[in-house]
Amino acid sequence: MILRLGKDRPPVALVAPAALATVFLALPLVGLVARAPWRDLGDQLTSPEVASALRLSLLAATMSTVVSLLLGVPLAWVLARLRFPGRGVVRALVMLPLVLPPVVGGVALLLVLGRRGLVGQWLDGWLGMSLPFTTAGVVVAETFVAMPFLVISVEGALRAADRRFEDVAATLGASRWVAFRRVTLPLVGPGVVAGAVLCWARALGEFGATITFAGNLPGRTQTMPLAVYIALESDPEAAVVLSLLLVAVSVVILVGLRERWIGAV
Amino acid sequence: MSLDAAIHVKRGHFALDVALQIAAGEVVVLLGPNGAGKTTVLHALAGLVLADAARVELDGEVLEDTAERVRVPTERRPVGLVFQDYLLFPHLSALDNVAFGMRCRGRSRTAAREQAKQWLQRVGLADRAEARPATLSGGQAQRVALARALAVEPRLLLLDEPLAALDAGTRVAVRSDLTRHLAGYGGCALAVTHDPLDAMVLADRLIVIEAGSVVQEGRPQDVARHPRTDYVARLVGLNLFRGTARGHEVALAGDAGSAVVPTATHGDVFVAFPPAAVTVHRSRPEGSARNVWPGRIAGLELHGDLVRVEVAGPPTVLADVTPAAVADLGLDPGGAVWVAVKATEVACYPA
Repeated sequence: MILRLGKDRPPVALVAPAALATVFLALPLVGLVARAPWRDLGDQLTSPEVASALRLSLLAATMSTVVSLLLGVPLAWVLARLRFPGRGVVRALVMLPLVLPPVVGGVALLLVLGRRGLVGQWLDGWLGMSLPFTTAGVVVAETFVAMPFLVISVEGALRAADRRFEDVAATLGASRWVAFRRVTLPLVGPGVVAGAVLCWARALGEFGATITFAGNLPGRTQTMPLAVYIALESDPEAAVVLSLLLVAVSVVILVGLRERWIGAV
Repeated sequence: MSLDAAIHVKRGHFALDVALQIAAGEVVVLLGPNGAGKTTVLHALAGLVLADAARVELDGEVLEDTAERVRVPTERRPVGLVFQDYLLFPHLSALDNVAFGMRCRGRSRTAAREQAKQWLQRVGLADRAEARPATLSGGQAQRVALARALAVEPRLLLLDEPLAALDAGTRVAVRSDLTRHLAGYGGCALAVTHDPLDAMVLADRLIVIEAGSVVQEGRPQDVARHPRTDYVARLVGLNLFRGTARGHEVALAGDAGSAVVPTATHGDVFVAFPPAAVTVHRSRPEGSARNVWPGRIAGLELHGDLVRVEVAGPPTVLADVTPAAVADLGLDPGGAVWVAVKATEVACYPA
């Protein structure tokens, strides 16, 4: 028998960089915790500015996740199940917000949906509706940046799912819509939840597109990341507190969902 | 009520060309080796694969006619399909799996579940109604899948390798259950299998396909007695030769010598006889056997409680002998022997 001596000792060449990476990821969090003004924490957290930024962030991220689910799941199905000319182009469009700097996305949104934009002028003229510098604008900006995470995750789940279950449903008399609703969707449920969580987390942290398209109006468009950035100029201690709060919310949601859903994927 | 179908599917070098008629209440089994195109026939009848040319008529209703550009989509065909690995919806209970089809056809939830309960009772699984598919045994899953397909009262029932996924123990019980359910089913039934025993037990009529074409068709007992291809002969365990008959003597194809048969015929024939009718000898036998051929032992294989001896000819013959005979005769691969078959044991039928 040959003894594998190296078995108990993993190679340093892999472990050392891995440890360094872990430290690198953990240090900023340690910094936040170390510099947090623990004594004034209570006052800071209960200030109306913080409360309104937090409420707005949670609301906008949730709304944009809902919009992403309503539009993104059907888009994922179309990409995974239908063959049509230009499918490659559509998939490239889905990937675009992932690689585009969010600020550029915000500028582009302004050009299209701004009061003088391609579509915005009609919205303004016919419906008297204006998206920039409103809470709805925040949702639009966050959706633009975050929806691709959901689409990619759901499309992957749909491709991995056994399509023969849809065949079974058809032989039992189910139309494609019924088969999707009653068979496919439940089967890819974990993938949809994972995608929605990613999408929500991305929307919660969105900064560039939001500040460009929706501006920075406290109570209306100033989300947590914007508040952190502004506070850094005027009140660094408040910035630390807000950052900690954002980290805490994300961690709680991710861990909570992970236990129930993502672990099963 | 009857099915009348002709299906032609081309996939690269593979061409499937099958015509089928099934009467109401009849169980037809499509038997063939893997890759013969059996599953493709089922999927074409269900509308799951696009045939290059097809005409499918069920009870006078045209489900597909490529010449007339008629094609009823799968969900509107009165066709039930039991898939090979059953494919029960994993997120639904056994009861909801069975109720699924009735729900799709517009029944209320309560009515569908009530009906599904009766179906589960009929297949003996009333106590497993709330079970998830993952907790069902193979035999139970097969019965739920059958109930699910039958619950929508299809006029054509298709079964893809209905017993292949089961272990030997449950297979016997499920096979006899399935025979009973098929006997009670009034529509046309078409099952696909590569297992000759399943085919013999289930079938009223057998259709054998190889490489996309029908090679033999008939009652199971006739197919078993009078195979027409090497594949079928191997399945039913017979020695089979082609030849040209002139009276009682048949010249075997490929210069493989000649055989004497009990009835006089003329023209192209098949000659078949069971390995058990073949005796093996060290020297040329003096007895009454009319067919005697020399050869060398090409292989020995335990087959049940007998040893199947392959004697390379010409003609090459399989013989079943007892292990004691193997020892007594000192049969070894490569050894020279004589084989003998009585003419009365040989079947001869037109090719």
